[in-house]
Amino acid sequence: MKQPSGLIIPLADLTANDLSRAGGKGVALGRLARAGLPVPPGICITTDVYKQYLDSTGLRQRLPLLLERKPFSEMRWEELWDLGLRVRALFLNTPLPLGLAADLTVVMTPLFDELPVTVRSSAPAEDSASASFAGLHDSFVNVHGLPAILDHLRLVWASLWSDRALLYRQELGLDPETSAMAVVVQELVVGDCSGVAFSRCPGREELAVIETVWGLNQGLVDGDVEPDRLLLEPASGKVIERHSPPRMHACRATDGGVHLAPLPPMERETTPLSDMAAVRVLDLLHQAEDLFGAPQDLEWTLRDDTLFALQSRPITTSETPKEGGERVWYLSLHRSIASLKGLRQTIEEELLPRMAGDADRLAAVNLVALDDAALAVAIVERQQVLDCWETSYREVCIPMAHGIRLFGQVYNDRLRPDDPFAFLDLLTGDAGLLAVQRNRELLELAGLLRDDSNLAARLRNGVKPDPGSAFASALAGFTARFGDLAWVMGGATGGLEGVTTLLLEMAAAQHTAPTSRHRPDEGIFLNAFAPFEQEFARELLEIGRASYRLRDNDNLFIGRLTERLQEARDEAARRLTVQNNHDLAGLPAPVRERVTKRLTPAAATARNQRSSGARLQARQLVGQPAGPGLGQGTARVISNPYDLASFKTGEILVCDAVDPNMTFVVPLAGGIVERRGGMLIHGAIIAREYGIPCVTGVPEATQLIRTGDWLTIDGFLGLVIISAAHLQGGSHG
Amino acid sequence: MTDMSVKNNILHELCTGQPLAVLATAAGCAPYASLVAVAMTANLRQLYFATPRATRKWANLAGNRQVSLLIDNRSNEVTDFSRAAAATILGTAEELAGTGREEGLELYLARHPHLAEFTASPSCALFRVQVASIYLVTRFHNVMEFHFSS
Repeated sequence: MKQPSGLIIPLADLTANDLSRAGGKGVALGRLARAGLPVPPGICITTDVYKQYLDSTGLRQRLPLLLERKPFSEMRWEELWDLGLRVRALFLNTPLPLGLAADLTVVMTPLFDELPVTVRSSAPAEDSASASFAGLHDSFVNVHGLPAILDHLRLVWASLWSDRALLYRQELGLDPETSAMAVVVQELVVGDCSGVAFSRCPGREELAVIETVWGLNQGLVDGDVEPDRLLLEPASGKVIERHSPPRMHACRATDGGVHLAPLPPMERETTPLSDMAAVRVLDLLHQAEDLFGAPQDLEWTLRDDTLFALQSRPITTSETPKEGGERVWYLSLHRSIASLKGLRQTIEEELLPRMAGDADRLAAVNLVALDDAALAVAIVERQQVLDCWETSYREVCIPMAHGIRLFGQVYNDRLRPDDPFAFLDLLTGDAGLLAVQRNRELLELAGLLRDDSNLAARLRNGVKPDPGSAFASALAGFTARFGDLAWVMGGATGGLEGVTTLLLEMAAAQHTAPTSRHRPDEGIFLNAFAPFEQEFARELLEIGRASYRLRDNDNLFIGRLTERLQEARDEAARRLTVQNNHDLAGLPAPVRERVTKRLTPAAATARNQRSSGARLQARQLVGQPAGPGLGQGTARVISNPYDLASFKTGEILVCDAVDPNMTFVVPLAGGIVERRGGMLIHGAIIAREYGIPCVTGVPEATQLIRTGDWLTIDGFLGLVIISAAHLQGGSHG
Repeated sequence: MTDMSVKNNILHELCTGQPLAVLATAAGCAPYASLVAVAMTANLRQLYFATPRATRKWANLAGNRQVSLLIDNRSNEVTDFSRAAAATILGTAEELAGTGREEGLELYLARHPHLAEFTASPSCALFRVQVASIYLVTRFHNVMEFHFSS
């Protein structure tokens, strides 16, 4: 095989010395192949190719601008999503230089032009003996033809900077200046059954374990297909235990990819791997152990009675993605479309109705009639109910949000837009978005005030509306549907006055409706798919929209439960104030502390710092561009709920994190600045609905910006420019 | 460590660690930039630089004492866009004489001992800049202002 200056190396020629240019997976496959184990034939595209690509396309310069825009320590998971998506789009939209593509084509055409292949990541730091980071980078199965292989090559490269990999950036030693990715291209072996084998069963180290599924391994790896599980005695190969779940699906090769297909009845009833075949897999595992001198995690497939080793890596017990904590939770957020469909059903048919039921049940309790002890019990119960649902939110609702990104990724793969977030236009404008429905009804209430200047004047003077009036009954209807906004604005103390103030402000405002943007033609998206892919494309669009809608809506349901807890606390606070008794009987100390704390509004924090006698002031802050547009206005920093009631038309909403429960002020806002970052957070979602500029992920936004500062929001570049209040006016034109 | 304290540290490292700065003076409406060796006090209130009296910048300063200086830590690599920091200093320059010059020279030479012969020349002037404010730029776009009361 002619190899252009070491850009491509046949797998069987790789040695341990090639680790830095062939990566761990490539070197391991090379050693398996040279030892005579059955490995599908293939080549390794070395890290030199990645480096050449970066140098000749200018990505070497552009990558750090993306990756180092903000310290990683200040990024939340939403921001890692965004970053991974932006990097992926950058690679996707930057073709291989013609010369480099020609060099690769010369070598690969005779090998793979007619064959389906796998295109797999092989990062130098991915699989070492001390740590295994399997699954952080992408691999693609069943890729046909040279153009598609070269396309997927760039996607694998991009995954060096995937959000999952960035999570482990320190362990992987990721640095845009020095890191590189090799790629393994192998003939695809379409196995009848496939699986993984581990030298040691977790928790039962004396046994080996084999997991097996019908068809390709992808379903097992993605978690969409539950495998048969065999525990074996390593020496004899005797099957000690066999666990067989209901077998429903298999991952099959389809045109240019893989898909989940229902199993025919016979395969549902039959184990994919007989005891005799299991011994053969175990023997292959032993050969790999002997070769590498360590317990192994082996991927295999069986086709027409021929067994193939697809990958082997050491089993590690140290710092790996198996550890507990936030990173494992984050990794669990990546869901397949099958998993997302299940989540959607759970959320829409179980979670939200039950949340609403709990909220209604608690709302029916007359708290005023409870004695102190019963009130204390009610507070504890409501806290428990809320905690329980917040756990479900974290476990079910947040993973559902991955549907937005999955849709975005497929959209970008097919349409390759310049803006990696152009897909959001297909998701916005959803009539089912509760926050927009709520705001529309608020505008209608404000309209009643606009049409009745006498009523507006009376309310402005503190007179309560006549209980029988059209306005009062409309307000009661609104509260029944969406909850009482008073609790969001500070509960008992903010009270009805806060809502009235907001409505009066809305009545005076001119432009407070969502932008009547024309939703882009979904046909542009659907037309990018072949006829046989149409069902998948429609399902994905549907999941993307549901995911986008639920991401906001489920918070409003949580909000209704928070309201119920808050009203109980407020009742306790009222009694403590009236009775001047800070020892409400039966109230547990932590709850009592929270109640009494609420009685004393938090003192404003000093936002100007002094250093060595110098006054420090932010002039320009960097965040993420989350809502395009330029906006100017006076800052309204939301430090506590009471601040919401003071919001004035045209002000820039500055807050730590926009809660969907507080987005009723957004129709009044001239822009949004948020400390929490991301394109898919609530502030960004609602800003897009109203077409107002939005910058998220601004560190210490509420500390560095003061209410009254004159702000310019650049929602294109993600900049916030701050001027002192006295400077506003002509100099900012 | 907060973002603010991080920026404070960056500013101190930059202003007290970098040996050179670009000095901007003005001749009427025409700006003029020069590279000068600088030394800054620990509290960042005063900055010293030396220049021969026959230079254009000395002549400019004789007519207009308002100056701006740029101190940065760029390495002329592409990573500068995300990793380099730059401080723009605004202030008023004053040529020193007598004990003021002696005190300033002590600080200046502690930073630049190799300039002893240069500053000992009768034709060399030592300037002190009273710093009014500093704009610190980090990560390409982040801008913080440090204002000093006189």
